[in-house]
Amino acid sequence: MDFILSLITFLPLLGAAIITLFVQGSDKQASENAKRVSLVTSLFVFFLSIFLLSQFDTRESGFQFLEEFLWLGFFNYKLGVDGLSMSLLVLTASIMPIVFLSSWGVNKRVKEFLIAFLILETLMIGVFVSLDLFLFYVFFEAGLIPMFLIIGIWGGKDRVFASFKFFLYTLLGSILMLIAMIVMWDLSGTTDITKLLEFNFDYKPIYVMGIYLPAGIQSLLWLAFFASFAVKLPMFPLHTWLPDAHVQAPTAGSVVLAAILLKMGGYGFLRFSVPMFYEASLYFQNFVFFISIIAIVYTSLIALAQTDMKKLIAYSSVAHMGFVTIGIFSFNQQGLDGAVFQMISHGFISAGLFLVVGVIYDRTGSREISSFGGLINAMPSYAFVFMIFTLGNIGLPGTSGFVGEFLTLLGLFKENSAYAVIATIGVILSACYALYLYKRMMFGELVKESLKRISDVSIREKLCLYPLVILVILLGLYPNIALNVFSPTLNILIEGLE
Amino acid sequence: MEFIIFSPLLGAIICGFFHRLVGEMQVALFATTILLISAIFSWTIFLNIFPFETDTRVLFSWLNSGTFAAEWSIKIDSLVKTMLVVITSVSSLVHLYSIGYMKGDHNWGESEIYIARFFAYLSLFTFAMLMLVCADNILQLFFGWEGVGLASYLLIGFYYKKPSANSAAIKAFIVNRVGDFFFLIGIFLIFVTFGSVHFSDIFASLESSNKELNEPIFFALNIKELICFFLFIGAMGKSAQIFLHTWLPDAMEGPTPVSALIHAATMVTAGVFLTCRFSPLFEMAPFVSSFIVIIGSLTALFAASVALVQTDIKRIIAYSTCSQLGYMFVAAGAGFYHAAIFHLFTHAFFKALLFLGAGSVIHSMHHEQDIRRFGGLRSKLPWTFLGMLVGTLAITGAGIPLSYYLFGFNFGLSGFVSKDIIIEGVFASKNAGTVFAFYVLVFSAFLTSFYSWRLIFLTFFGQFRGSKDDYEHSHEPSWNMLVPLVFLSLGSIFFGSLFEYSFTNEKYQIFSDSIILSINNTIMHDFHYVPVGIKLAPFCAMLLGVLFAVYCYLINTEVPMKLAKQQNILYKFLLNKWYFDELYEIIFVKPIRIIAKIFWEIGDVFLINGGVHGVAVVVIPKFVSLASRVQSGFVYHYALVMIIGFTLILSSFVFYLDDY
Repeated sequence: MDFILSLITFLPLLGAAIITLFVQGSDKQASENAKRVSLVTSLFVFFLSIFLLSQFDTRESGFQFLEEFLWLGFFNYKLGVDGLSMSLLVLTASIMPIVFLSSWGVNKRVKEFLIAFLILETLMIGVFVSLDLFLFYVFFEAGLIPMFLIIGIWGGKDRVFASFKFFLYTLLGSILMLIAMIVMWDLSGTTDITKLLEFNFDYKPIYVMGIYLPAGIQSLLWLAFFASFAVKLPMFPLHTWLPDAHVQAPTAGSVVLAAILLKMGGYGFLRFSVPMFYEASLYFQNFVFFISIIAIVYTSLIALAQTDMKKLIAYSSVAHMGFVTIGIFSFNQQGLDGAVFQMISHGFISAGLFLVVGVIYDRTGSREISSFGGLINAMPSYAFVFMIFTLGNIGLPGTSGFVGEFLTLLGLFKENSAYAVIATIGVILSACYALYLYKRMMFGELVKESLKRISDVSIREKLCLYPLVILVILLGLYPNIALNVFSPTLNILIEGLE
Repeated sequence: MEFIIFSPLLGAIICGFFHRLVGEMQVALFATTILLISAIFSWTIFLNIFPFETDTRVLFSWLNSGTFAAEWSIKIDSLVKTMLVVITSVSSLVHLYSIGYMKGDHNWGESEIYIARFFAYLSLFTFAMLMLVCADNILQLFFGWEGVGLASYLLIGFYYKKPSANSAAIKAFIVNRVGDFFFLIGIFLIFVTFGSVHFSDIFASLESSNKELNEPIFFALNIKELICFFLFIGAMGKSAQIFLHTWLPDAMEGPTPVSALIHAATMVTAGVFLTCRFSPLFEMAPFVSSFIVIIGSLTALFAASVALVQTDIKRIIAYSTCSQLGYMFVAAGAGFYHAAIFHLFTHAFFKALLFLGAGSVIHSMHHEQDIRRFGGLRSKLPWTFLGMLVGTLAITGAGIPLSYYLFGFNFGLSGFVSKDIIIEGVFASKNAGTVFAFYVLVFSAFLTSFYSWRLIFLTFFGQFRGSKDDYEHSHEPSWNMLVPLVFLSLGSIFFGSLFEYSFTNEKYQIFSDSIILSINNTIMHDFHYVPVGIKLAPFCAMLLGVLFAVYCYLINTEVPMKLAKQQNILYKFLLNKWYFDELYEIIFVKPIRIIAKIFWEIGDVFLINGGVHGVAVVVIPKFVSLASRVQSGFVYHYALVMIIGFTLILSSFVFYLDDY
């Protein structure tokens, strides 16, 4: 029990090691075995995370399942979870088995593909559970490498360009964050996140090289962290790497990217920026609102003009992440609850949508919306699943998408009603692009000769999609199962701010 | 109670997921039966055979976040009981009717499964509508609100192979979303103002004289006015009031039973229900009430005028619905919520009757909907004709005028009673704008009578104008399509006189637990005492309309053509529905498309990507070439430079920070 977090974190790495060491050869049987190993590993992680959730005490404040030891005298290995990281940990652990199941059809360098994903899983979980600044940074940055490889090797036509764009954008943001972390260590003398959360960073106004900084050193640190998380999330105008990366990434890559990697930005804001640099956050609040609202309206409109399914969904992701940032920076219970809920909900919905695109891409090799039409005639089950995710994306009450959007908008409305009114326009626009996409893909006569013999979703695909469908509806009808986990933590966070 | 509400959900699930297991017809029958049972239950509750106290039952919590709380719950009061009766009765009859109507639909191939899907949507709609009316908090109401919108979208687009149906479905959803946008802002305002979304809490804090509520915050409007305004715009979307009405006529792309249930009897009246549910709040918002009166009367006039010249049988009835909804809103805006609900109640029956009757005509005419191609069908479809006749008499308001003085209640068909009460109430009301509304409504009554009879005369009288084959093959539909017509006819005839007392009597009306009027509002008392001339006005207008229609379509059939030629501009204006669609195309749809393209191609592709790539391609190589000059190839040089650089960065920070 004492090392359960380490177990969850490094179990996927063990799976990767097993594949490297014991699965020999490159024939069909070997890749089949590798797939099984990775699926079983991720399921193990999933069950462990559910077990952890059942042991998690939501009433207790602070971090639980703490592990700490010093490594080589200076490297502080410290893990622990609170309600926020617990939720994202479960999100990660539940998406990964679906990812492995969905990539059963991969046939290019299968072993390496799976190893990359297993390593990625370890790194992603590590980001959420680490309680040390540098440990966090290592996990955060190292996660770039497998994703870079996944896009660059298993991606589409322009994969190399997209992977470099992804890498460079993210890296540039992170370098600033590294410098900020060094400064934080210098100021506080510790890299322990629990201690940093209690440390008061100076916010007296200062001049640096003639530039007036109203919240002092906090503003600099805030901006450095912001650079990294805003790219990751992504926020306008740093979002353009995302559509390219999504379009080129293989289905499984897109799913991980949208469902989990984007959430690291939101997690970062909630773990570092808001509680540690509250005065700076307050100072930059309007700025964040402003660009988030631009993101919501602007990217929703852009989504309307897309002709590629994946690009459309990628732009809609950016718009939905805009709700996350407005929720976080509302600094009230509804806003924060909504933001975290939106992250989880978007994790499932976007995963579902990218899988839906993957299903059709596997069959036809095309993602152009215009090359489809009337698919509902041949694929009724597919049409049902796609409809549920579309409705979730629109934010229809009864799906998880509604809860996140509603709470974040309510939070923003309490803080600034004018911004909230503009942001609510996103509700209309999301209906426009999502239903327009669905209409062009699914409705009408099935005229294209090549599509007439297309098969409906297979059992394996159903196993990927139906759990997500159930989660989207369950979280929509009874969101308290998730809210109960993280809401107390966020409540403590807010109380700590005042 | 729970059974009434969840039986349609059960029906929807069974139709949706188990039709392969059990068979299509079987699941359809199951859904119909279970709904008929819940309709019977609703009536027993409504008529107090099983008395149910005014109460709220919480099922389970939905959404808790800080001080925000919303539950799934069932509220029971007289307003809910009334709506339950309307919804379950019309819905079960429409289910029954659809079994016959949907069988052998020519839009589908032999092996295609569509009946089960149709019933699943229909039952899902019924469930969402019941959730809407049973809500005890505005969030659950919004769930039902969006749920019925979804079902409406699915059913309008039911014939998904037809591009026009798909476009109409999307249009309906998006126009409604525009209304929902305002509705959501209304919800935010309510929560921020009252700290709760439960109706009881909201109305309780209204009674405590809180000063903040009366302070003007937006020009002269206080927060209550603002909330009412936003909620009403939401209601305008759902109830197809002018400016947000454009989706309703297009919604006729759906199968006819859907039009009867959703786009006539139930869903479109949700907006009226909302204003009645929030009557305590609307009572305190005189500006918005007057706004409602104006919008309602404009809608009544606009829709009636457009209905005059339309040729599609379903569209005529759709515009008629739109117009009648205007009447209901005028009543609500005039502070006469009882009359609004009463008209909602009677309208549900006679409008469903008209639609189902039209459905029978369309069914027997092989899906021909143009009334110019009908004629003389009276002898071929006698039962349908009788049903339509009852419906028309009801909507136009046939009855014995001034019978109130004779019997103490109004004697006539249901529309006569409820519509005349509205017009009298509007005259008696003290709210601003009601004088204007009174004249408009009386004139609209004249138009209503004209276009309704025009429909009857062109369809059932004169010579048949379609192809001979169609006429020969036309026949009465099967019993399960006629039975609903009979029941609805009975409702249309009797419910007006029967329920007038319990709906609108000042002392004994049943809504004392749900509709709360302000003390100054004496409309319940006053409307009985309007001058005799006012009481006669709508009836005379109706009579005039009938006579004019008789003259135009039975005696001298040349007149309409001549009129259309003479008043060409007016005719075109009406035929093109006041050019709303064209206008919206120019000011909303096209600009948004263009902006979307501009944002994408210029914003993202050119500016952001172009800018970043420009830096990458032009600027960085320069730096690289600069940097390459200092390259010496020795590893320790680099190491030295790195260490120096790193130290500089760190020490500069330490230096800065030490100052503070």
